[in-house]
Parts: sequence; structure tokens; C-alpha cells
Amino acid sequence: MDLSEHLFRRESGRMVATLTRIFGVQNLALAEDVVQEAFCRAVDVWSFRGVPENPSAWLMATAKHCALDALRRERTARTFAPEVGRMLESEWTRAPAMEELFGAHKIKDDLLRMMFSCCHPGLPGEGQVALILNILCGFSAGEIAHALVSTPPAIEKRITRSKKVLARSGKLFEIAAPDQFTARIPAVHTALYLLFNEGYHGASPESAVRAELCREAMRLTAVLLENPLGARPDTYALAALMCLNAARLPGRLDPAGNLHALLDQDRSLWDQELMAEGLKFLELSAAGAELSEYHVEAAIASLHAMAPRMEDTDWAKIVSLYDTLIRMNPSPVVALNRAIAIAHRDGPERGLEAMQAIAAPDRLSAYPFYEAALAELHFRCGRYSVARQHFTAARSLARNRMERQFFDRRIEACERHGG
Amino acid sequence: MTEFTYIFRGRNIPASPEERQKHLEKWMSWFKDLGAQGHLKDPGHPLEDAGKVVNGAGKMVKDGPFAEAKDVVAGYIVVLANDLAHAAELAKGCPILEVGGSVEVRPVQILKM
Repeated sequence: MDLSEHLFRRESGRMVATLTRIFGVQNLALAEDVVQEAFCRAVDVWSFRGVPENPSAWLMATAKHCALDALRRERTARTFAPEVGRMLESEWTRAPAMEELFGAHKIKDDLLRMMFSCCHPGLPGEGQVALILNILCGFSAGEIAHALVSTPPAIEKRITRSKKVLARSGKLFEIAAPDQFTARIPAVHTALYLLFNEGYHGASPESAVRAELCREAMRLTAVLLENPLGARPDTYALAALMCLNAARLPGRLDPAGNLHALLDQDRSLWDQELMAEGLKFLELSAAGAELSEYHVEAAIASLHAMAPRMEDTDWAKIVSLYDTLIRMNPSPVVALNRAIAIAHRDGPERGLEAMQAIAAPDRLSAYPFYEAALAELHFRCGRYSVARQHFTAARSLARNRMERQFFDRRIEACERHGG
Repeated sequence: MTEFTYIFRGRNIPASPEERQKHLEKWMSWFKDLGAQGHLKDPGHPLEDAGKVVNGAGKMVKDGPFAEAKDVVAGYIVVLANDLAHAAELAKGCPILEVGGSVEVRPVQILKM
């Protein structure tokens, strides 16, 4: 029997979440040790004896045994939750109590509980994302550093610091309380959105790595949708925007890692299945009176997705959606995208005017696509040497080889036109 | 064909879940290949690191073996090969070699009548 892809990584998240509920959040490190031990046993036994019938159940059962050993060993050295303490008082009650703690109805919500706990208000967004990747998605610090184009020590530090905040919070987030759930869910949405964007717009030059980050964000959003309190219009809108954008990933990055602008993407590469799923989520998001940013972004993504050719894009509608979005979130990145949409609707000169009107453009100064957008618009106005200067500036801000190659191709195009 | 015992030592399992799964998959495919080619006589067992060591005429029982990590026996299997050189060649495919471990190849003594 073969193992399903990423089985260990995903089971790691579930098992750590369950054991942390049982051990208490202050014993997160112990939960992680126990899960490590269960995986070592799986590697040992499965490589000699083959994969069991139900690998997930085997892993959880092994984790349960290892947990029992850990509780026996650590009972005096650590403090556990009162119910765990009582359970430890007697050998007779220990096994049935473990069965109860590991029961299917109990472990069902563990992943979601941990997701909400990771989105602790005392943590910055990047800390939340690092925790989600480490605890829920089972990535090591080295793997996260690779995906986010950072260094393992920097990520290690970020994770350690975030785990301290989590451990100090005293207990895991209580997802059964509707008012607390509702208060925390925007932070969860934001963290999942950040995680998705790390994959979609992130700095990693490897398309496989980025697609994996997008898939993890989508998987966790699906977990949120399984909960009746989580299945709200804005969560559906978030899921829609992820599916509709992820559907375009195969056209955005070719297998060689070359970046393609929306203009010259091969639309036949877009993932039709994801597109259909995204449109279905978009429909489900339409309930209720509240319009979230995710609704607007998903609507924009759907207009791109539904245009069979670039020239079929409904730019007028896209501009009006950006007008709405900028009222909700007046960020320079939104303003930049709005200016690009205006250029498509009204021509490059109008687009440049809209770019000049961006408030706080200095916040875009490290973002290569601001310079790149200026360059494209000057290019379309026929000012090839100005375009070339801006592409050169964009190239100096490029975060990886793939982006540099993309800008090199554009600089060459300017030179071909005498720029 | 002759029987050989492979003794695996110093199995240092990688740290991240993804790497672990990859490592396990390599073991599974190595075992599968050995079996498919008729070399796997007995798939053996993995061994726990710590146990007891019973020693000497006094039958002293101690916790152990507490060897250095690279010397700890991690498991064993029995393979069939043409000769010792062939058995050593087959052992080169073992994934333990990628994680700092070793394979000791020992012919099983057969009583010759």
C-alpha cells in the first residue's frame, strides 16, 4: 500500500492539535515531542513491515500510547489540566479516560481550535502564518524558510517567539463559544489570506512550493467551512477568491518557473475544475447583507477567470469593483491594481494619472510591480526609454531569479523599440 | 543462493514530517525491489534503541546497550544473494546510507555435512 502525498505532514497537524488539547497549551512542546516519536515509530515499523490498512488510525493510536507514556513520565514535572490530572491518579481509569479524550467526537474540532489559537491577537500576522505553517501544516522551520525565502534561524526565532505567546495564553481558544468565535474569525480569515498570498504573490522562485502554500491555505479554509459558525458568507468569499486565483497559477508560472503577466498567459492552462469550484463558492457567498473585501476580490477574480481572452475582460466592471475595494481598504496596493484596471479601460495615459494619484506611494517603493506597472504604461504610450528605466528599477527590486528574468525580457523589448 | 543477514546501524531519521515520509517511501521501495527480485528471505524487524544487556557468568542484567547513536542496531533482515560481493552490492541501495547509517553484511553460517 502506498502513502498518500503529504500524509505525515497533515497528520502531524491533527495530532499536535489533539495532544495539545489534552496536555494543555503550556505543554505544546511535549505534544510535539510525542508526535515526533509516533512518526519515528511509523518509519521504523512501516519500512520493515509495510504500511498498515489505515495509516492515520495507526498513527493516532501510536500517538495515544506515546502520550500515555509521556503523561506517566512527566506527571510530577509538569502541570496538566485538572481532568488529565484526575485521570492520572489511577492506573485503572487511565486507559478509558484516554479513549474518551481521543474519541472521534473530541478530535473532530482540534484542527480548527488550533487554527483559531494560532491567530492570537498578541501575534503579528507573520507570526500567525509561521505558527500555522509549523503546527497545522507540519512544515519544519527550514521548509518554511525555503517557502518564504527567509533563513531557517530567522523563522526558528519567529516560531519560538510565537509559541511562547501561545503557551502564555494559558489555554487554547474556545471555539464552542459563538461570541468568541465571531470575534476571532476575522483574524483567522486574514491569516489564511496572508498564507494564500505568500503562495500566490510570494517570493519563492519555485512554482511547486508556491502552489503548495496556496493548497494549504485552501485546505484550512475548507476546514473552517466545515464548521457551522465558520461557514459564513465572508468565508465562502475567501474560499472563492482562493480557488479563482489558484486556478490561474498554472498560467502564471510555467513549469520552468517563468513568470507570465496576465496579458500573455495561456488561458487554456487555467484549472477549469478549480474555477468551477470558485464560482460555486462565490454563489454561496452571496447570502446575507454584508459585503467583505473578500467578496469584492473574489468578484474581480471571477471576471478575469470568465474572460476567454484578455480582450474579453470586462474592465469597466473591474474598475468599479476596485472603486468599492479602495473605499473598504485604501491601501496603495489596491490603488495600484485600480490604476492598472483604469489603464485597460481608458488607456495608458489615464492609468498613469491614476498611479500618480496613489496616496503614500513610498509604501510601494520596495514592491517591484509598482515600478513594473509604471514601465508597462509608459511602454504602451510609446515612451520606450522611460519604460526601460522603470523596468531596470523593477529589476533591481526583484526578489528572485524568475522575476529578474521576467524584467530582463521586458527590458529587451524596450531595447528592440529603440528604448 | 546464500543467506546473508543485514544489520542496520545508526538510523538517523530526518526531522520534518515531509522528509520522514520521503525516507520511509525510500525504504518501502527498496524492500519492494528486493522482494520482487527474490532477494528478501525474511523482512526481519526494526529494534527499539534501549533494552537490557545480560552479561557474564553472574548473569548481570543491565539497561543498555547505550552504544553511540551510530553503533546502535536499528534492525535486521535476511536476504538471498549469490555471494558476499553480490550481497554487499545489494546493500548499497539501502536508504540508511543516506542518513549517516551503515549496513553490516554477514553470511549466515550453514552447517556443511
